[in-house]
Amino acid sequence: MPAGTLAASRAKPMGVAQRINAWTRRLPAWVLYVVMPVPAVLWFLQALNGTLSSEPIRALEHLYGELGLQILIFGLAITPLRRFTKIDLVKFRRAIGLMAFLYITLHLLVWLVLDVGDLGDIWRDIVKRPYITIGMAGFLLLIPLAWTSNNRMVRKLGPIKWRRLHKLTYPAVLLGGIHFIMLAKTWNLEPMLYNAAIVLLLALRLKFPVRRASQA
Amino acid sequence: MAGRWKNDLTHADVTPKAAFLNRRQVMAGAGALAAAGGIGGAAWAKLNAKPSQYSISEEPNSLQDITTYNNFYEFGTDKGDPARHAGALTTDPWSITIDGLVEKPGEYSMEQIMEGVELEERIYRFRCVEAWSMIVPWVGFELADLLNRVGVKPEAKYVAFETLLRPEEMQGQRRQFIDWPYREGLRLDEAMHPLTIMATGLYDEPMPKQNGAPIRLVVPWKYGFKSIKSVVRISLVEEEPHASWNQLIPREYGFYSNVNPERSHPRWSQAKERRVGGGLFAQKIPTLMFNGYEDEVASLYEGMDLINEHF
Repeated sequence: MPAGTLAASRAKPMGVAQRINAWTRRLPAWVLYVVMPVPAVLWFLQALNGTLSSEPIRALEHLYGELGLQILIFGLAITPLRRFTKIDLVKFRRAIGLMAFLYITLHLLVWLVLDVGDLGDIWRDIVKRPYITIGMAGFLLLIPLAWTSNNRMVRKLGPIKWRRLHKLTYPAVLLGGIHFIMLAKTWNLEPMLYNAAIVLLLALRLKFPVRRASQA
Repeated sequence: MAGRWKNDLTHADVTPKAAFLNRRQVMAGAGALAAAGGIGGAAWAKLNAKPSQYSISEEPNSLQDITTYNNFYEFGTDKGDPARHAGALTTDPWSITIDGLVEKPGEYSMEQIMEGVELEERIYRFRCVEAWSMIVPWVGFELADLLNRVGVKPEAKYVAFETLLRPEEMQGQRRQFIDWPYREGLRLDEAMHPLTIMATGLYDEPMPKQNGAPIRLVVPWKYGFKSIKSVVRISLVEEEPHASWNQLIPREYGFYSNVNPERSHPRWSQAKERRVGGGLFAQKIPTLMFNGYEDEVASLYEGMDLINEHF
């Protein structure tokens, strides 16, 4: 960068991105592990004392699943956010991924234990109901990602293998989005918006050959 | 001392606690609605519906359950949307156009429809196609009574129903995910069955807006979506009429849509259901053929394939 532009940018007041970055620099990532599970606990207590809904099982299942998907999508947004706005949330990415995994695990547990609650029915649903098969497949893809979301496993796998493995996030989020569309009775607006966001965030990662050629 | 008054009341005559608590809930709800500018207090007079032999003896769901957990896509697809948004609906004046193969077609005002009608309380099971259920103490009258008053012509084979189309007040109708207005239909013998009612209230009060005010169909042996709400048109026709869900996804929602534990929805089983209001640890219960009304209605479908053809 030429010296002149550097000087000019230094003279300008801090932009929004820089202000956010300055603020997040002071926020340790562990705070997310404390704050993000709070809704899960509150919803469960409300479900328990009957204030969440007349149908608390369905309500909990949906709340956990939806927040899990939202967090996953937010995780997908971190890289494009840095690329296009310079807002840098990369240091929170592991916590965000693990919290998404927490909510999706809770979603699955509510379904297994409280909703269906019968081993035969659970297996029949997984095999016979495509939206459940798809949701289950998405969850299975997340397991190795959660398993390797620690420093020891990053060292063990090495950065290249680790990165390649963590590209599983993309199909996992896609499956989650499709699962959401399929369980609605009709073409509801909400799941469509989620899927539009997922497709957009994945499309931003595509490397177009045309572009590479022009850069060369 | 002859003829001295004797107390023949027993403990059984005391209003049960659940009932008066429920009344308080109703009054609280009425107050809240009135405060919100929805309904005046006078409209909340008791309907004094008479008990019916068709009522089941199971304990009804609370008014809270029945009025906060609804599918009424005209107000949004979330279960809480009808309670949140149905207040915007104007239900007075209201009229129903009765046309097609009838002797006396016309636009009948709510007052004309209710003229001389004796309301009954019908405590029915209500089974949603989404595998949840409730027990609802409807108030209404048999559809057959209304159809006989307008005179059904012999050529009529089916009855078609239509919900109000008014996107200014029904915000869900502003999006075209269903070909509004919502439509449903019954075969004439189903419509004339004594279990089939036009309901104008529940818990002995006028119908809450989120439950299909001021008048809706209730067909207790069919999935809930057949029981069309806020009806403005009833047409007697010769051909099987258009039904919204059937039209939208014919593979999943048949024209008949009788409650049938044997016939799975392609995306979920219909063998069990969960009673709303049972809390976080409520177990599913087995779904009954024709929602438990098999003795009354099975004969309507004799010889029909209810799994593959007429589901």
